[in-house]
Amino acid sequence: MTNEELIGKLKTIVKPYIKNEEAFKNMNEQTDFLNDLKINSANLVDVILDVETEFDITIDNESMEKMLNVKAAMDIINTKLAEK
Amino acid sequence: MSNRVVITGLGVVAPNGVGVIDFTNAIKNGICGICFHQQLKDLNFSCCIGGIPQVSEELKLKYLSPLQLKNFNSNGILYGCMAGMDAWKDAGLTISENSETNWDSGTVFGTGSSSVEKLRESFYKIDEGNVKGLGSTAVVQTMVSGVSAYLSGILGLGNLVTSNSSACCTGTEAIIMGFERIQSGKAKRMLVGGCSDDGPYIWGGFDAMKVISYKYNDHPEKASRPMSATANGFVPGSGAGALLLESLDSALERGTKIYGEISGAAMNAGGQRGTGSMTAPNNEAVQRCIKEAIADADIDADEIDLINGHLTATAKDAAEINNWSVALNRKGDDFPYVHSLKAMTGHCLGAAGAIESVAAILCLDNDFIFPSINCEDVHPDISGIINAGKIPQVLVENKKLEIIAKAGFGFGDVNTCIIFKKYKA
Repeated sequence: MTNEELIGKLKTIVKPYIKNEEAFKNMNEQTDFLNDLKINSANLVDVILDVETEFDITIDNESMEKMLNVKAAMDIINTKLAEK
Repeated sequence: MSNRVVITGLGVVAPNGVGVIDFTNAIKNGICGICFHQQLKDLNFSCCIGGIPQVSEELKLKYLSPLQLKNFNSNGILYGCMAGMDAWKDAGLTISENSETNWDSGTVFGTGSSSVEKLRESFYKIDEGNVKGLGSTAVVQTMVSGVSAYLSGILGLGNLVTSNSSACCTGTEAIIMGFERIQSGKAKRMLVGGCSDDGPYIWGGFDAMKVISYKYNDHPEKASRPMSATANGFVPGSGAGALLLESLDSALERGTKIYGEISGAAMNAGGQRGTGSMTAPNNEAVQRCIKEAIADADIDADEIDLINGHLTATAKDAAEINNWSVALNRKGDDFPYVHSLKAMTGHCLGAAGAIESVAAILCLDNDFIFPSINCEDVHPDISGIINAGKIPQVLVENKKLEIIAKAGFGFGDVNTCIIFKKYKA
């Protein structure tokens, strides 16, 4: 999967939770879930559950804590996919 | 002229001590009641620890009859009845099945959620097509007002009998509601408090939210770390706390012991605006609530000797300290002593405010400050606001305490603050 494809899938996942349309439109590797997309921090666990379902992976607590931006999410998803 | 309201009875069922004597001993000595629970591990919980009061079958029978305990599966109600009955007796009042209805006494006894274990048991029976298996007590055990209904029957209460619910504000809110009812002259005595169930079905949702501690499963007694740099979320707890509130006139007339006075209180909400959300506090609302309680008590913020905080051991602890600092206009060396009972009990949810208020009143009555354990490494965001020495690491005895401020905050962006004052004629 290319980075563009992965970002595209992540965009579909985070769409229901975002509060900043402008940042969402321009979502890229540098985008931060809380500070840029203004996702409520309590909703991060829901984003992660959706990621787990979409990619059929399991994300542990330590990885979860790091999943605060697009880059970190991509790294974690790629790592977990490679482990499969 | 509104009635003055005093505290004349205490009862507590906490993870680190059942009954006022054991609980006092525990909080003075920094004894933690949080343990590892294999059941949570078997169910794949991230947090496999929690605070559960130690109640033997023999002890249960001192409070509820074998008939009441038949098909009984509501530990929150059990803890609430134990604490409530203890507070009633502690105030020198008697319990008798044959007593007349007591029109001057009522209760506001809350819970965060109704008896989930009993609900689960009932759902399974219904799904199996066995609805009649629910028997006669499924309703009274699972109605949110179950605990106040049980207490009312045991004590013969004839005034307001209700259960409030406002997440982790429940216990403190119940105290304030009872306080206001006596103040306004509508009751002479109000038994107030909160209770909470324990176990996987009530704690699961918090585990999923990742707001509870998962890094200390091997060291349960170190896991609940309010105000610490190494805090990792709260540890769930359970139990009940109860206070018998009474008009000063009634207490003096009965010549009973007075633990202290409630000199003022406030409740508000942040409307989930500004920094507030379903799960995070609107800081402006918290500061207003504290200031309103101080104004209601007609005291000066500088008179507060000790803060018994909400302080759960999440990332919000520093924000709470900042809110106190702004509301009181006190910082550094000038900040009052501050501590959190949750380090020893975990976060007892609907019971938290009530159990912690019992602890606050014990401090006020006996002039001691229990240690805020597991905070040897004060979070830098907190030590940047207040002198870290204001968080006692060890028991402080013979410390003259005149005024203690107690706060409770809850999901839904709700706030409560109570000012407890030493009684003076």
